[in-house]
Amino acid sequence: MVVVVDYGICNVRSVVKALELVGASVRVSSAASDLEEAERIVLPGVGAFEHGMTNLAARGLLEPLADQVLGKGKPFLGICLGMQLLARTSHEFGVHEGLGWLPATVKAFAFEKDGPKVPHIGWTEVSLERASPLFAGVRKTPSFYFVHSYHMVCDTPDLVAASAEYGGRFTAAVQRGNIFATQFHPEKSQDDGLRLLENFLQWQT
Amino acid sequence: MKGRNFSGLRDTGNPITAAKVYDAQRVDELVFLDIAATEENRRILFDVVQGVAEQCFMPLTVGGGVRTLDDMRRLLQMGADKVTVNTAAVERPALVEEAARTFGSANVVVSIDAKRRGGGRHEVWTHSGRQATPLEPVQWARQVVAAGAGEILITSIDREGTMAGYDLELVGAVADAVAVPVIANGGAGTLQHLVEAVTIGHASAVAASSIFHFTDQSPIKARSYMQGAGLHVRAA
Repeated sequence: MVVVVDYGICNVRSVVKALELVGASVRVSSAASDLEEAERIVLPGVGAFEHGMTNLAARGLLEPLADQVLGKGKPFLGICLGMQLLARTSHEFGVHEGLGWLPATVKAFAFEKDGPKVPHIGWTEVSLERASPLFAGVRKTPSFYFVHSYHMVCDTPDLVAASAEYGGRFTAAVQRGNIFATQFHPEKSQDDGLRLLENFLQWQT
Repeated sequence: MKGRNFSGLRDTGNPITAAKVYDAQRVDELVFLDIAATEENRRILFDVVQGVAEQCFMPLTVGGGVRTLDDMRRLLQMGADKVTVNTAAVERPALVEEAARTFGSANVVVSIDAKRRGGGRHEVWTHSGRQATPLEPVQWARQVVAAGAGEILITSIDREGTMAGYDLELVGAVADAVAVPVIANGGAGTLQHLVEAVTIGHASAVAASSIFHFTDQSPIKARSYMQGAGLHVRAA
């Protein structure tokens, strides 16, 4: 059973129906007992960073999530804001502390006047930085759907599973142990996205 | 439903079935607007939006009758990736900033409907093209972007449904004035119009519906035509 964490500001339904389409049994929950029962955990996300952290804390999710993901090592997938929240800090509307599971920070895209438009919205090709079971079977240069103004800057390059180009390279996906996360939305990225979600369901960490 | 200059609506079939077809055609994004919600002063058709969202494994932007943060939250929860506000933002501009702070700028689109008036100028209209405002589209676009709007959907009321081509002056003026992506809407009748909105109008993306509803052009043909014109489009 996969728990999709419900913290009140997300596109939960999109993630649930995509996971169900590729065969998952899904429970949408913010209860510690469900996280305990879960075999896999998905943290989706649409929204502003601080609001996301506040909502996770208000639902008492900080400790149970860390117990299950860091403690018990359950396969974890973060999506968009659900990836950014794993960082130490974010610079969205001031500096805010994140979950701190990954040595990384979240920064705004900042370009020269003639640079690309921000937010970055749309389909962008993603390059794999290393082999990952999550990308098994996706096309060689897959395009995924992005909608974000902020991106993750990792302290160490070995964290970066995939990158993309938007006025420079930025982190499109990260992996460390049982933690995998994408800046893009696999649940909205048609075939390649659904394939990635299917791979997550099979993933043995 | 599909109108012309924001009136004379023609039924184009069940939106849920249409969403399914567009998903199968691998469109890059579906923009679903309940065009009469504000005018009829009623609530958003949440059940229809939900039905549409259930058919989409593609990006979905929803608008029409969106008035509050709660409306937006509900639409995002149903599966919208972005919500778009128009009349409510004009009536209470602070809504844009509140939405950006709550949901993130990237998910908040401001839709601007503009009509030409004398002297090559444009003005912003609300209530689905029923009410004029003193606002000028470029100024208004700058203002909502400063408040946190992450994208602008600019629609020419004069061109909408005419298939006579986008109002490239309008699109270009707005696209050049703001640092966020601008989607051109209203008037696409040929595939070349789609290309021009990007090359001449500097739009980041193009929206179209009549061309797909009433001609034999499809999103698949549009994609390959735009690719042939040297534009960067996704290989679907």
